[in-house]
Amino acid sequence: MTRRRLVLSVNGADHEVWVLPSDTLLDVLHDELGQADVRYGCGEGVCGTCTVLLDGEPVNGCLALAVQAAGRQITTLRGLMGPGDTLHPLQECFLRRGATQCGFCTPGMVLTALDLVRRRGRPSREEIRYALVGNLCRCTGYTKILDAVAEYAGQAAADAPGEVPP
Amino acid sequence: VTTVGPPQPADGQQLTGQPAGQYRVVGQSPAHHDFVDKVKGALHYAADWRLPGMLHGRVVRSQLPSARITGIDASAARALPGVAAVLTAADVPNNRIVELASGGLAELEVSMPVLAADRVRYLGEPVAVVAAATPQIAAEAAEMVSVEYEELPGVFDVESARADGAPRVHEVGNTLVSWRIQCGDAASALVAADVVVEGEYRSQHVEHAYLEPEAGVGWVENGVLTLRVSTQVIEHAATIARILQVPQSKVRVIAAYMGGGFGGKEDMTVEPYLALLVWHTRRPVRMIWDRQESLVGSTKRHPFIMRYRTGATSDGTLTAQQVEILGDAGAYPNLSPRVLFAAAACACGPYRVPNARITSSAVFTNNVPASAFRGFGAMQIVLGYESQMDELAARLGMSRTALRERNFLAKGDLLPTGEPVATCVEAARTMHRAVALLGEPPTPSGPGRLVGRGIGCNRHPYGRAIWFRDKAAAWLSLQADGTLLIRSGVTDLGAGQAASLCQIAAEVLGAPLDDISIYIGDSALNPPAGGTFATRQLYMSGNAVLQTARELRDRMAPVAADLLGVPVDGVEFAAGRVWPAGTGGGGVSVTLAELAAACEQRAISTAHLSTWRGEAGSFDPRTGQGDTFPDYTYGTHAADVEIDTETGQVRVLRYAACHDVGRAINPIRVEGQIQGGAMQGLGYALTEDVDIADGYVQAALFANYLIPNAQDFPDVLVDIVESGEGKGPLGARGIGEPPTGNVAATIASAIQDAIGVRPAQLPMTPERVLALIDARAS
Repeated sequence: MTRRRLVLSVNGADHEVWVLPSDTLLDVLHDELGQADVRYGCGEGVCGTCTVLLDGEPVNGCLALAVQAAGRQITTLRGLMGPGDTLHPLQECFLRRGATQCGFCTPGMVLTALDLVRRRGRPSREEIRYALVGNLCRCTGYTKILDAVAEYAGQAAADAPGEVPP
Repeated sequence: VTTVGPPQPADGQQLTGQPAGQYRVVGQSPAHHDFVDKVKGALHYAADWRLPGMLHGRVVRSQLPSARITGIDASAARALPGVAAVLTAADVPNNRIVELASGGLAELEVSMPVLAADRVRYLGEPVAVVAAATPQIAAEAAEMVSVEYEELPGVFDVESARADGAPRVHEVGNTLVSWRIQCGDAASALVAADVVVEGEYRSQHVEHAYLEPEAGVGWVENGVLTLRVSTQVIEHAATIARILQVPQSKVRVIAAYMGGGFGGKEDMTVEPYLALLVWHTRRPVRMIWDRQESLVGSTKRHPFIMRYRTGATSDGTLTAQQVEILGDAGAYPNLSPRVLFAAAACACGPYRVPNARITSSAVFTNNVPASAFRGFGAMQIVLGYESQMDELAARLGMSRTALRERNFLAKGDLLPTGEPVATCVEAARTMHRAVALLGEPPTPSGPGRLVGRGIGCNRHPYGRAIWFRDKAAAWLSLQADGTLLIRSGVTDLGAGQAASLCQIAAEVLGAPLDDISIYIGDSALNPPAGGTFATRQLYMSGNAVLQTARELRDRMAPVAADLLGVPVDGVEFAAGRVWPAGTGGGGVSVTLAELAAACEQRAISTAHLSTWRGEAGSFDPRTGQGDTFPDYTYGTHAADVEIDTETGQVRVLRYAACHDVGRAINPIRVEGQIQGGAMQGLGYALTEDVDIADGYVQAALFANYLIPNAQDFPDVLVDIVESGEGKGPLGARGIGEPPTGNVAATIASAIQDAIGVRPAQLPMTPERVLALIDARAS
C-alpha cells in the first residue's frame, strides 16, 4: 500500500503526516504525533480510551481512519488546556472530586462529558450516565466521575445562563 | 532563624474530608501530582515510550488447548522483510519458570515454559515471539509462523480433572495443592448441632479488564537489559535474569504508573517476551497486547466450587463449619497456591467458629491459567460463608443482622488456625452503618416486580501470608533547599500508592506536599518495597516511610533544637519549618533549608535508608494450625434490588458500603477504592463471565465481556469507619482488595430476600434468576 500525505489539525496546530489508507486515527495520533492522551484500550470502539473530538463531536480514534480526519479539527484532552498548562474547568472538577484513579480513561471521559454539557447545558445525572456508556472505567465505580461532570455542568450553567437550554 | 506566623496545614489543594484531629496532612485529600498529570492527560504509560530504532514485538499463541507440538516452521516469517527476529523455545536460555507461590510449603513443583517447546496446555499459550519494524509486519509474521500440533485429550473442569484416569495436565498430577485448616471436631459438632444448613456455591472465570492492556518497552543500556513495563512487581527482574541466564545485576525493571492492574499485572505479562527479543536483537522493542489477545491469553480470576455445612445452636450460635473449596488453576501454577490458601484462611468469615474443618485445593485444567485478581481467594469465599449465614437466619427465623451480631469475632478470639485476632473487629458497626445508608426499604415499582434488601459482611487480609517475613524499604532525603525526595520501589496501580507515602512523610517531616518528589518502581534505583499486591503497600511501604521519616527526624531534631535553643524533645516539624513544640504559632522557627544547612555543617546526613519488617510467623500445613496473615479489614455492604419476575432482570436500586480502614490516610482515595471495588464486585455478581468451552474462550471481543458501564448500577454510597486500630501506618488498615469481596453475597442476599431462593451460581444472570423464580413457583 502507498502512503499518502495528510495534514491533520490537532489542538489547533497543523501536522503533515504520511499515512497508509488503513492507518487508524488513534495510531497516527499516538504513535506518529506523540499524543499520549489518545490511548489504545480495545480497538473495537467499546472502551472509549481513544476518544477525540472531531469538529467538536466525540469519536473513537480506533474506529476512525486517519484519512477521514483530514481537513477537520481534532481536539484531544491536551487541547482543552489553557495558556501555561492551566486546567480546563471540567478538568478542575475531575481533580477536585477525585474522579480519576489510574487515569487511563480520563481523557475520553472528559471529552465525552464536555460534549454532553455543550449540547445539553445542565444534564440530569441519568443523562450523564447515558452519555458516558461508551467510556468505560474499571477503577472509580463512576460515582466521582458523575459528581465531577454534574459540578461542571452546574458551574457552566451558572456562568452562562443564557446559553444553555432550560 | 526567622519569625513567621503559626504552622499551617500543608500545601496542596484540599479536596474533601476533614483533618483527623492530631494530624496535619494525614486525613486530608490533597490533589497529588499523579492526579494532576492524569487529568491533564500528561502521564506517560507503558505504551507511550518510543526509542530510536525501536522494533515491535508480537507473541505467537497456541491455537489449541491441549496438544503436542510436532514441528514449528518459522522460515517464512523470518524471510518477511522487516522481521528482525522470530524466537522459539530453543532460543530461550532457561525455559523454566518455577513459581512455588506458597514458598514451597505445600504445592507440587511444576515449571512453566516461557515459550512452549513440545506441549501446549491451554489455548493462547505462547509458542514463539516475533520482532519486526512495524506492528503490522510483526502481526503478519506471527501469522506466518507455522506450528504443527497433534491434539491431545484435555480436561476443562476441576471435578473431571480430579477423577480417576483424567488426562494429566502435568505428569506429577492434577492437584497442585491441597490445604487443610482445622480446629476442634467439626464432624461431631455438626451431629450435635440443633440446626445444620448446607449449600454449594459456584463462581466463574473473570477478566481483570484494566483499561490499559499489557504493554512495555525494553532496551539495553550499559550492558543492562532494561524494561519499562506496566507491572505491579519490579522484583520479576530476578526471574527475567534466570530466564536469560544473566546476573541479576544485568536486569532492570521500571514500572510505569499503571492504567489499572487489579492483580492481572502481578504475574509477568509482556516481560519475558520483551526480554528475549531485546536481548536477542540488541535493539529497543515495544510490545502491546491486543485487547482480544489479553482476553484469551491473560490470567483470570479462579472459578471456585465452595461446599459448606454449618451447624448452630437453636439460639443462632455457630458451633461448626465444614468447608471444601476447589479452584480451577488452569494450565500452570502461577499464584494459585496462595490464592487457595487465602480462601481457606478466610473460609469462616468474620465469625467465631469453634469447630472447623476446611480443605482447599487448586486443580490443574487445560483452561487459561488463573492467578491473582483483586480479592485473591478471600473474595470468592464470601459468597460461601455469607450464604450460609442467610440460610441459617431463615432456618432459625432470626434477623440476618442479629444472627451475625451474635457470631462476629472480637479481638482476642481464636481463628480456626488457632491464632488470635490481633486488632479490634468493627464488623457490627460497619453493618449497621451500611444498612443505615440505604434509608427506607424499597417498594416495587409496579406489578410483576419484587424488591429485596441484602447484606454481606467480610473479613479480608491485608499483607502477605505471614511466613514470607515481608519487608519494605524506603529512602528519604532532605535536600539543601529544604525540599524532600522519597525513593521507594513501590509500584502505583492508580490507587494512590505513591501519594499516600508523600502524605505520611509530610506528616512526620513537615515538608509541604508540593515540595516532595517521589521516585518509585525502579528495581535498580529504588530500595525494594515488594510488589503492589495483597493489599500490602500502605501497610508495608507506609510503615517503611513512616519509620524512615521518623528516624530521619530524630537524627535532625537535636540540630534543630540546638538552633532554636530548646530541649531535644522540644521541637515540632510542620509547614516547612521546625518550631519549638507547643508554641502554637508565632515565635522563632527554622526553615527545613536552614536545618539542612546546619546538618551539613555538623556532618550529619540528611538522607536516610531504612527497612521495615513485618512480623514473622509460621503455618504448619500438616496440622492446619499456625499463622496466616498480619491482620484483617472488616466491612459490610448493603443493597436494595428490584427483580422483574417476567424476565429475571435484577436492577440494583441502592448500594452502600462501609469498611473499617483503621485510619483514612487520604479519605477521597479510600472512598474511591471502596466505590471502585464495589463496582467490580457488581460486574462479578451480575454480568461478567469469561465463558470458556472446552478450553476455548468464547468472549474474545471486549464488546462481549460486560464490565459495568456508567448506566448499569447506581452510585456506591460510602461510609468509612476509623477505628484507629490497624497494623498499617498510624493505625491504618488496607482497603485495596476488601471492597470487592462483599458484593456477590450482598446481591445474592437481596435476591433471596425478594424471591425467597438463594442464588448459588455466579454471575446471577436474568436466565438464572428466572430459573430460580420458576423453580420456586412449580
